Amino acid sequence: MTKIGLEIHSQLTKLESKLFCSCKANYRDFEPNTNICPVCMGLPGSLPRLNQKAVEKATMIAMALNCSTPEKIAFFRKNYFYPDLPKNFQITQLNIYGDTSVGGTGIILVGEKKIHITRIQLEEDPGRLIYEGSSEKNQITLVDYNRAGTPLVEIVTEPDFENPKEVREFLNILSDLLENLGVSDPSLEGAMRADANVSIEGGNKVEIKNIGSFHDLEKAVHFEITRQQSLHSRDISIIQETRHWDDKRKITISSRSKEEDLDYRYFLEGDIPWVRIGKEVKEKLKSEMPESISSKKQRYISKYDIPAQVAYVLSSDKFYSDLFEDAHTKENAKEVANIITTDLMGLVDTREKRASSKLKPFHLKEIADSIQSGKIARTSAKNALYEIVKTGKELSDVISELDLGNVSDESELSQIIESVISEEPQAVEQAKSNPQTINYLVGKVMQKTKGKADPNITLNLLKKKIQ
Amino acid sequence: MNIKISALQFTRDVKSGNISVEDFIAKTMEQIHNVDDNLHAFLSLNEKAVDQAREIDKKIKSGGKIGQCFGMPISIKDNICIKDTKTTCASKMLENFIAPYDATVITKLKQQDAIFVGKVNLDEFAMGISTEFSAYGPSKNPWNTDYVPGGSSGGSAVSVSAFECVASLGSDTGGSVRNPASFCSTVGYKPTYGLISRYGLISYANSIEQIGPLTRTVEDTAFMLNLIAGVDPNDNTTVDNNNEDYLKDIDSGIEGKKIGIIKEMIGEGIDPSVLSATKNAISKLEGLGAICEEISLDMVKYSVAAYYAITTTEAGSNLARYDNLRYGYDFPVDGYEFNSYIEKARKKLGPEVIRRMILGGFVPSAGYAGKYFLKALKVKSKLTRQINDAFKKFDLLISPTVPILPFKIGEKINDPAALFLIDINTVTANLTGKPAISIPYAISNGLPIGIQLIANSMNDKLLLQAAHALEKTVKLPEVPI
Repeated sequence: MTKIGLEIHSQLTKLESKLFCSCKANYRDFEPNTNICPVCMGLPGSLPRLNQKAVEKATMIAMALNCSTPEKIAFFRKNYFYPDLPKNFQITQLNIYGDTSVGGTGIILVGEKKIHITRIQLEEDPGRLIYEGSSEKNQITLVDYNRAGTPLVEIVTEPDFENPKEVREFLNILSDLLENLGVSDPSLEGAMRADANVSIEGGNKVEIKNIGSFHDLEKAVHFEITRQQSLHSRDISIIQETRHWDDKRKITISSRSKEEDLDYRYFLEGDIPWVRIGKEVKEKLKSEMPESISSKKQRYISKYDIPAQVAYVLSSDKFYSDLFEDAHTKENAKEVANIITTDLMGLVDTREKRASSKLKPFHLKEIADSIQSGKIARTSAKNALYEIVKTGKELSDVISELDLGNVSDESELSQIIESVISEEPQAVEQAKSNPQTINYLVGKVMQKTKGKADPNITLNLLKKKIQ
Repeated sequence: MNIKISALQFTRDVKSGNISVEDFIAKTMEQIHNVDDNLHAFLSLNEKAVDQAREIDKKIKSGGKIGQCFGMPISIKDNICIKDTKTTCASKMLENFIAPYDATVITKLKQQDAIFVGKVNLDEFAMGISTEFSAYGPSKNPWNTDYVPGGSSGGSAVSVSAFECVASLGSDTGGSVRNPASFCSTVGYKPTYGLISRYGLISYANSIEQIGPLTRTVEDTAFMLNLIAGVDPNDNTTVDNNNEDYLKDIDSGIEGKKIGIIKEMIGEGIDPSVLSATKNAISKLEGLGAICEEISLDMVKYSVAAYYAITTTEAGSNLARYDNLRYGYDFPVDGYEFNSYIEKARKKLGPEVIRRMILGGFVPSAGYAGKYFLKALKVKSKLTRQINDAFKKFDLLISPTVPILPFKIGEKINDPAALFLIDINTVTANLTGKPAISIPYAISNGLPIGIQLIANSMNDKLLLQAAHALEKTVKLPEVPI
């Protein structure tokens, strides 16, 4: 049986500052080595200053993943030398001397399957290495410490996965959950990284390190299973080793360094006293936690009668559910949900498009209300939405500028209906005996008005004129 | 003008207009120039000290707001960061490290108009008890320059003792303030762990060390403590002292206080003159109304071993950052692979630092941690329990600060184990986080002897009151320089 376990690193990108200093957690907009200070550079004499918000957010993640949360947490030093590590040790957490990480064991359901969480730990991200030079011989390594000290949560699972598909489903659930909690933006480059360990029946465990995105994680696991199976089928034994994911070639490569032999000499970080996370704190955090995805979904279904599939799409994407929450009323909820999941999705399907979208919840509310009151037809609403996403203009302006409004003026509609009646004598005759045919005539009116005739008024006028 | 005055006397004299700060600082700098070639307390001097003094005089004349130090000349151990100033830790590794920020204690003293006359010598990275392990050469004991001044804050003690400043800040990891204070006949104080911010103190063994003042009198120590103690958002291990005024009621005396004499600290290997000084101190305390009784803390036997297991582990980690990549000395990286560069760069570290870092790699390593490091932590917690129990019965504990007299320069440098054992009386306060003070008590054959008092955590005020009471019974000759 194939067994896959994951170690997922998620930056807490929504925090203001780094884990142990006041430099920005969002290091991405800075010139290299400008988002740094004596603390995150590990200068002599500097001391870590624990970001309490990071502890709270990490605890929230642990609670959201149904993990146990200890009364007191501690930090440890993981000692090793690497150029991206300013102090040559990393401040992290572990559970070998008792349960002192922010999260202990927990369970998360992926469909019917239980995935066991081993632990969740809060730690600092190292800096970033940038390699320059054409060949290995004249390669130089540049270090950018802007990232050093960024708060990172490591989520470790048991080897409960049996195939890449389960891995992907889990990752989808996890990244939706982290986004919904408002702790992380998984779409940011480098915000989600992972290590995986993979073993097939009769083979040793192989660890794959350095996988830079969730997308690649699934690929890496798939590649590794295939590699191991092909070795196995040729009776070549699978050695226990650490491999690296080469994200350019999309393959795993054996690491020359013996990382598994490293002795990290873990010991308690004396500069950070134990942090008590008592019952009261947990209660408070629980009350501050955003509604879970599953509870949102249930609410959408039961309160607004939104179809399950639509409710699922809406609730699992924080961008959509936030829009929905702010735009909907009891009356227009279904219409708002409908607009988001049918028309809006295609317009904001990437991070960049979302960032540049000018659409505000009040726009959505107006569009939905206008559809319901017959001011605008669905097809026109779609065009209006496109325009608003692009420009952020008021709906009324867009309607008049693009002439999208419904024709509801009775005399104007009467004229059009007259011409349809004269053009379709046969259908008019039929309609007198067969009420269904009247819809055909409404369609003709719509054709002439490019879909903008108010359907209710048109129907009433038609009925009057025919009888 | 007399520069041989206490810190409190200095502030009174400046306030009353008896002396000008400029004159005092100029005279102090002159004293440094006269004696320091011989004593070698200083690693670097503040060339602007006299200018700064003049500014303070101007401020006083114009009636401006003046901080409580009134331009007091203070020396700073060279492992405490002063912005834009070289902070070498007496190591070649940090030969060119210029601190880009102030330690919290420095910020606080600057706000009080202190003048830092210079950075003073120490054993490299504060590892040692004689300053012989300074990469820039040893300091010498002003009482007899053939002898060590103690360490690691040797430069601090020498500078206070030889009137090269009025007060000094050192750091105490296993006795590094108290030991040189004892050897040079000054007051040396290690506060309750967390009472003084360590932000800007270059870590050696961060879980047990503290910055502490070295002064001429106990009152001066209380004065310094008032200025630098308290919670610091930059040091998560600091504790709230509710703005305690340590000078207030310092004359309270020790009548009725119970004092435990730690048996394990006056036993085997103690110099007879040290023992008799200790006995004399005990009878003086009894004369002041204290009740003294012997007590056994048998974990003290293991304290030095535990101390070295813990400090070397932390040192191995704390000093790992000195890979010379981000700061340090001039040594280009071209042509080196990462690990081989570090290996080569770290050759600048001195023998004692290398010894402790090798131990620090071994003691907590897989397969040995249980035998050494974790066992040391057990000793630490048992010792803490024992001393806490002792404080249920006693208000204070007493011992000689160091069981022996100052030794000659070069006498013990090749016997690390013998040097380690000299820490036996001082490491307990560090391992248990308790406040401890050494006060000058006697002179034997021209060499100083200090007495140590230890109090329970956050009883620093009581400790200073008792030390002050004992100090008043002592009359010592002036240092022969």
